[in-house]
Amino acid sequence: MSTIAMPEPDAGVLARAPQIIAALEAALPAGTVISSPEETRAYECDALTAYRCPPLAVVLPRTTEEVATAMRVCHELRVPVVPRGAGTSLAGGALPTADSVVIGTMRLREILEVDTANRFIRVQTGVTNLAVSAELEVQGFFYAPDPSSQLACTIAGNIAMNSGGAHCLKYGVTTNNLMGVRIVMATGDIVELGGPLPGVSGLDLVGLICGSEGQLAIVTEATLRIVPKPEGARPVLIGFDSAETAGECVGRIIRSGLLPVAIEYMDDVCLRAVEAFVKAGYPNCAAVLIVEVEGSEAEIDHQIERIRLIAEELNPVEFRASRTAEESLAIWKGRKSAFGAMGRLGDYLCLDGTVPVSKLPHTLKRIGELSKAYGLEVANVFHAGDGNMHPLILFDANAPGELERAEEFGADILRLCVDVGGCLTGEHGVGIEKRDLMTKQYTADDLAIQMEIKSVFDPAWLLNPAKVFPLEVSQPHRHAAARCP
Amino acid sequence: MQTNFTDTQLADPATRRSNEILRSCVHCGFCTATCPTYKVLGDELDSPRGRIYLIKDMLENNKVPDERTVTHIDRCLSCLSCMTTCPSGVHYMHLIDHAREYIEKTYKRRWDERALRWLLAKILPYPGRFRLALIGARLARPFRKLLPDARLRAMLEMAPDFIPPASENDRPQSFSAIGARRKRVALLIGCAQRALNTDINDATIRLLRRHGCEVVIPKGIGCCGALTHHMGKVEESHAMAAANVRAIVHELDGEGLDAVVINTSGCGTTVKDYAHLLRDHPIADDAARVAALAKDVTEIMADLGLNDPFHAEPLRVAYHAACSLQHGQQIRSAPKDLLRAAGFEVVEPRDSHICCGSAGTYNLMQPAISSELKDRKLATIEATRPQVISAGNIGCMMQISSATEIPLVHTVELLDWATGGPKPRSIANAVTVKMRELPACRC
Repeated sequence: MSTIAMPEPDAGVLARAPQIIAALEAALPAGTVISSPEETRAYECDALTAYRCPPLAVVLPRTTEEVATAMRVCHELRVPVVPRGAGTSLAGGALPTADSVVIGTMRLREILEVDTANRFIRVQTGVTNLAVSAELEVQGFFYAPDPSSQLACTIAGNIAMNSGGAHCLKYGVTTNNLMGVRIVMATGDIVELGGPLPGVSGLDLVGLICGSEGQLAIVTEATLRIVPKPEGARPVLIGFDSAETAGECVGRIIRSGLLPVAIEYMDDVCLRAVEAFVKAGYPNCAAVLIVEVEGSEAEIDHQIERIRLIAEELNPVEFRASRTAEESLAIWKGRKSAFGAMGRLGDYLCLDGTVPVSKLPHTLKRIGELSKAYGLEVANVFHAGDGNMHPLILFDANAPGELERAEEFGADILRLCVDVGGCLTGEHGVGIEKRDLMTKQYTADDLAIQMEIKSVFDPAWLLNPAKVFPLEVSQPHRHAAARCP
Repeated sequence: MQTNFTDTQLADPATRRSNEILRSCVHCGFCTATCPTYKVLGDELDSPRGRIYLIKDMLENNKVPDERTVTHIDRCLSCLSCMTTCPSGVHYMHLIDHAREYIEKTYKRRWDERALRWLLAKILPYPGRFRLALIGARLARPFRKLLPDARLRAMLEMAPDFIPPASENDRPQSFSAIGARRKRVALLIGCAQRALNTDINDATIRLLRRHGCEVVIPKGIGCCGALTHHMGKVEESHAMAAANVRAIVHELDGEGLDAVVINTSGCGTTVKDYAHLLRDHPIADDAARVAALAKDVTEIMADLGLNDPFHAEPLRVAYHAACSLQHGQQIRSAPKDLLRAAGFEVVEPRDSHICCGSAGTYNLMQPAISSELKDRKLATIEATRPQVISAGNIGCMMQISSATEIPLVHTVELLDWATGGPKPRSIANAVTVKMRELPACRC
């Protein structure tokens, strides 16, 4: 069904499945282990549905200690472990293997501590991204990284993938907002790293964990930096008659020294879908930018005026500045429903690559050319301010061969991102989706160092197998791990 | 999402519809975030995305479902919160309804489960039988601890202290408009509601008449079919729906109707879906006409505009959004706007999008999850320090009032009171409603 290969499951583990399940059930409270084939099927994939494989079992612990127990059992019995947050990954980050046990964090839902004086919140990592900000709303604070799936995705997944979002242009991605973690090691040991105090000396191990895609440990608790909500925020909408000009405008805004909270980009394919879906009243043109600035009323007015001067040099089709809360909502309405609108057009592959902002015009032009060559429509809707692109390749999952063509097209786009000086992922992570492209981004030495680090944390290579590192590159490590006692 | 149905399978209209729905799902997982059972149980199998997967597997492979699959599907409240959340417009309601019908046809439940479902299907939709059962339950309530089954205990606990006699207003008849007639409307008098609380229909009739509506109780109107439909008993539900369609069309083709007014939002969601429900029925066209006329009572009141209020006390009202109203019918602001226009202070609990656990017969069939949801709902409502709670659905009213001293009324009772009707019974009877200094709201 697909072009990305997964390794053969370990026949030894499969043969021992009944003992493994029994051991997990004996060690954990009732209702924690799921093993019937009818039920494990629902855990066979995340939001990248082209790749599916039911795991051997699913464990849903309620505490860090229960996670540790599950990890210890798996470690002793040499069973691979696939960590799972809310299963919203578009990169296959939570794809199981047939010989693996999925450990889900979704029942770890406690808000443990809110400290506005020291500006942090401590949560169990099964809490959803949006629930963190909701918890802080009354106090006037929020948690800045806001991936589009923030309603459903968990902090555990955000940390694993170093997630970003529209607000990250100004506030940074997860790693810039993560202060400490409580992790369960592959052996089942519980370790605390970092904490609410800034500037801890020594190696930045929290930084190492963030973005490690479940290769090093499972994060069960996190201390997150929180920021006060701004006095106000308002967007402007700018329409252009060419994608390249819109891309150019992004570069000019950033170059001018302005730092908007968000610069979002939508192209004509996306605009048409959005208009059909929610009638947002966007202009009929090649591309739209939504630029949001925040601060006091005077600061907002000043910034909007500067953006207007920059945009006018590029002859926009339309420049619409919001003056009221209702107008702001109207401007954001289409962007917020973009993914839903695209979903109504059919199946899509949502890519995630980052390019230097100055290379946006060239990249957009090349994607348009590739779209023609592959005969597949592509919609671009993304966080343009930090060059984090999300081309959505439309295809029909029930038409034979279309998925493979879409995947090849996607790989070409990601190679293009690297070629212009960008990288394979902005916020979705590598997972399996970009695993085999890692050699395009990194030299053999780069990857060797990364795999050495994994071996320190996970000598038996049991955590989140067959992700991140291309199989042929990781083969010696996996082989060596299989032989170690 | 990719699906694997054969052409033969797709020849069946129900399967074809489910295939369309499954194809529109992109498996993004957003629905999990607002699913009440996922919030309580934390297992994706008890979320819409998990259930969609179970249903897909069951339908694609023509499987006789196993007990686990049935349990996860049974645990769905049909609150339809997922449909509000879904960015891709997946019509989960039609999918789960198909799954329930499929399970009813292919899966043999344990004897006690079958007996219970049979009993509920034979009692709840019939007000006469239900009234008798309520009286019986009321008498048996002191002995409920002796019962081995939590579901039977839940049933006895639900029996209210006061069981009203049948209302004369619920007989087939016509009530003239007060003043110039602006609309002629039929009222769906419901089934279980008529046995549990006759004040709601009485208040609705007064309110509509006062606002220029002639109100008709069509001959032959009864249960909308929702109760049996959600048990997968489609023969019963289709027969009930068809009977209502005939009763309403008789009026529609006679003196004409501007709307079919429904004051139990659970029924409203179903009547509005009659076109789909009866799509293969000989009266499919009539069903579509009726569905198009169906309006929640707050929708029609928003159309009519509320008369100047002069009567009610400016109480602090916690508005409980029934899921069938907010998700099933996507009616969110009309009830609150009307209550405000009527002079009440309206407060909304946190997480108002989450179900109270009533969900038709759910509180009787799944008492553990239902009662957890009830506790959560009450905590958020009570945090708003209301003097009265208002809701637009009898199921929610029974569920919430069973655990709080705060008086609970139907939204129409407050609107009726404010525009000249009597003070709602539960407010008049309540000892706790005082015009007092209210502590600051915590939510």
